[in-house]
Amino acid sequence: MSIILLQSLTGLASAASLFLVAVGLSIIFGVTRVVNFAHGSFYMLGAYLAWWLHQWLAAGALGFWVSVVVAAVTVGLVGVLVEYLILRRIYKAPELFQLLATFGVVLVIQDAVLWVWGPEDRLGPQVPGLDGAVLIAGHYLPSYDLFLIAITPLLLLALWWLFQRTRWGILVRAATQDREMVAALGVNQTRLFTAVFFLGSLLAGLGGALQLPKGGADTLLDINIIATAFVIVVIGGLGSILGAFLAAVLVGQLNAFGILVFPTLTLALMFLVMASVLILRPQGLLGKPESAAPPTGPPAPRLRLPSRLSLMLWLPLLTGLVALPWFTQGYVLVLMVDIFIAALFAASLHFLLGPGGMISFGHAAYFGLGAYGAALLVKYLSLPMLPALLLAPWIAGLGALLFGWFCVRLRGVYLAMLTLAFAQIIWSVAMQWYPVTGGDDGILGLWPAPWAADRISYYYLSLTLCALGIYSLRRMMFAPFGYALRGSRDSARRAEAIGIAVRHHQWAAFTIAGVCAGLAGSLYVYSKGSVFPDVMAIPNSVDALIMVLLGGVQTVSGPLLGAAVFTWLHDELSRLDYWRFLLGLSLIGLVVLFPHGLGGIAEQWRSRRISS
Amino acid sequence: MVRMRSVVLLLAGCLSAGITQAAEPIRIGELNSYTSLPAFTLPYRNGWQLAVEQINADGGVLDRPLQVISRDDGGRPGNAVRIAEELVSREDVVLLAGTFFSHVGLAVADYAKQRRVFFMAAEPLTDALIWDSGNRYTFRLRPSTYMQAAMLAEQAAELPATRWATIAPNYKYGQDAVAAFKTLLQQRRPEVEFIAEQWPAQGQIDAGAEVQALLAADPEAIFNVTFGADLARLVREGRLRRLFAGREVVSLLTGEPEYLDPLQDEAPEGWIVTGYPWYAIDTPEHNTFVAAYQARFDDYPRLGSVVGYNTLLAVAAIIEAAGSTDTDALVEAARGIEFASPLGPIRFRAADHQATMGAFVGQTALQDGRGIMVDWFYADGNDYLPDEATALQRRPSE
Repeated sequence: MSIILLQSLTGLASAASLFLVAVGLSIIFGVTRVVNFAHGSFYMLGAYLAWWLHQWLAAGALGFWVSVVVAAVTVGLVGVLVEYLILRRIYKAPELFQLLATFGVVLVIQDAVLWVWGPEDRLGPQVPGLDGAVLIAGHYLPSYDLFLIAITPLLLLALWWLFQRTRWGILVRAATQDREMVAALGVNQTRLFTAVFFLGSLLAGLGGALQLPKGGADTLLDINIIATAFVIVVIGGLGSILGAFLAAVLVGQLNAFGILVFPTLTLALMFLVMASVLILRPQGLLGKPESAAPPTGPPAPRLRLPSRLSLMLWLPLLTGLVALPWFTQGYVLVLMVDIFIAALFAASLHFLLGPGGMISFGHAAYFGLGAYGAALLVKYLSLPMLPALLLAPWIAGLGALLFGWFCVRLRGVYLAMLTLAFAQIIWSVAMQWYPVTGGDDGILGLWPAPWAADRISYYYLSLTLCALGIYSLRRMMFAPFGYALRGSRDSARRAEAIGIAVRHHQWAAFTIAGVCAGLAGSLYVYSKGSVFPDVMAIPNSVDALIMVLLGGVQTVSGPLLGAAVFTWLHDELSRLDYWRFLLGLSLIGLVVLFPHGLGGIAEQWRSRRISS
Repeated sequence: MVRMRSVVLLLAGCLSAGITQAAEPIRIGELNSYTSLPAFTLPYRNGWQLAVEQINADGGVLDRPLQVISRDDGGRPGNAVRIAEELVSREDVVLLAGTFFSHVGLAVADYAKQRRVFFMAAEPLTDALIWDSGNRYTFRLRPSTYMQAAMLAEQAAELPATRWATIAPNYKYGQDAVAAFKTLLQQRRPEVEFIAEQWPAQGQIDAGAEVQALLAADPEAIFNVTFGADLARLVREGRLRRLFAGREVVSLLTGEPEYLDPLQDEAPEGWIVTGYPWYAIDTPEHNTFVAAYQARFDDYPRLGSVVGYNTLLAVAAIIEAAGSTDTDALVEAARGIEFASPLGPIRFRAADHQATMGAFVGQTALQDGRGIMVDWFYADGNDYLPDEATALQRRPSE
């Protein structure tokens, strides 16, 4: 009995900082619709700042609390800076585009933290007065846990008061429901957004600072918290403060009891819970169903059939790629293979994101299924390379068919988070099913057959298969299927009224995107010779998203350009110290300069010429 | 800029040794997870830089200076393979060295096998690297998961405790360490039983809950494999919740300064650990190393520093013995080679390419507000490896 009491108190305590970081994210998303990847970085910044201030102010309970408050406010101001300098310039960009800028901020903050505070983990200070433990039912509970358990409802209450009882809070809630209407009523939106960013970032910083006595500050805090924060936001329902609280408590409790019952399930537990919640309740516990129309941004422009001019551009490019091995046989070919694979992977995600209107945060699942599919076919059925290469994508397709059935029932960020949940579940299977997948030790020895083993042959093989894959995706975009898909995206009701089976089309698109990502994955395996669970992990999904957004969601060839630029930039910059800082800055620069993506540059110039 | 820096080092080396400009440098490709695990890899980088400077100041290898082309693999095996390819084909390096994470190490090892390139794996701990997936071209320096678990199992067998619990990160490294420790301890003490296993996610430990779960099982002793930020959380919660009171703890890698120093005055006392007590090792070769390191970097060495330093010493010794930079000559030279290191002589076993570099085993204690190792001894790696014939059977044939 006492173990249950202790475990639930422990779960409540760990819910505290989860709640703070999630509620900030939820508020920011609710009002500005920005999917803020940098939120975890604000959390990390809060931890480091508070630790550093505390060192500086020296010991004493007062010193600690002053550090916590100052750190939280400072992080709030950093959030304002990010909003003012970067995001404000791109609110008008297509939906999700801001995500790219916040990803740049993540990279910049990672290296800034490493530069300022060094690589060593920093142990959090203990708070005088709260540094002991209290005996409860024969067990010791740290008194700081009791403090956290007490303060969380108080913070919830304060936030509730702020949003329900103050004019500012009412405006924020109004903006969450209908931004345009609030603007039309004469409310200064710009100032509102900045204030919301201040509050959201401050809460993240506060969460980071308050968890110090439970651990400390280290350079991986940001990555380790951000997925959890999104999960809690989504379980609770986007924009709902009470929802975030309930979800934080739920996740805290599940962790605490989950490890008692299923100690090995730690990797997937949270995502299993999120998947179940979303399947049963597509808008989270307390969220409102997302409206059918895409919430922000200008409507997507019409996709035009490739003009003669663009065909004239494609032909020399393709010829150039075919001729490349005559000029160089060195490393460039290796890099190009990586770019082809990235381009196909990005194109498959774009098919889902652009014409399909479905956001995926877990597209690496299908890339990984293709990769592991090929690897397992070779390992267990001893298939030769070509059959394995061509069969594996269908395994990814089967996975997409299964998961897609659930995903297409959802919308917007909820859909995206369900894809992430599935990806994480598959990832944890690859990590933990040692007898079959080898776990983290992966599967080795997957090199191309002798006829394709040299650099040039594999270059041509991947060029051919990637070009075919990309061409098929483009072809489908302009086939009746693609029109029906775009129609379903732009107006599901009208599409249904004229007899289009919206869900079936989306389901099919999901599967097709999965097959193509699987092809990219199986080509990847043979170019690297080995496969590890990291092909399905979050960073790989994020990379694909970055490439698509960088290239521009609303253009057909943008993702290819995005894949090429991102892969090349990454390869080029990673030779330098602090390359993440530079990569982050480059991304932010590109985002601010080209808010329609690189593929939209031509469009941008054309419209500028017309307007001038 | 790493590349710039190594060029500058090279120049400095040339000048001080008076090597003529005509001596073409021997280029070594080095890759590691500098951004994803800086706490370990940055001291490691200092270590190999020091070695390169010293080697070049002494006239280089085969009368040629060493030049290291260093790259960050970002902790991703796919990147690492691409970088390896670039180092080999564009930078014209004679061999590859480095890597930290096991999966990155395995990916590069498999690449080395396919492209027939010599690979000196510095830090990956997985046993697969030299046994189940071992290959002709891959050699490994650091004592493996198995070896370190064996060192601890030997100590653990001396303890009276028979009811054990384990806590380890939920991936292959944790799994391997726990499996090896269990087997080896039960071989010595068949009456030992393992009554609970906890598997927190790496970097995301819910320390309070894990500690409470361990308390619920009420073991007499605990085997811990968590490290880094997870370890700090575990130590703090465990202390507050009285998990460690009256229980023996045996803990992998915890004595390494990388993981022990961040714990400051909360470093646990009386844990049996593997690690690196640089402050207490009093041998001429180690004193020289520490003095040179502190003079060069104004910082004390971590375990990573020694590993980095030894990596380049090993590479230099192998090239010297091979008399050329030809891959097959390097492999033949490396088999069974012995070289002098700050930790004493280290040999690469001919059968399984594992170095006999050992680890320090001792107990943790507090001194002047920081954790140290006391009652330690140097456990030579060779004593904790299966004999070469047995090891050879675990390797695929060449």
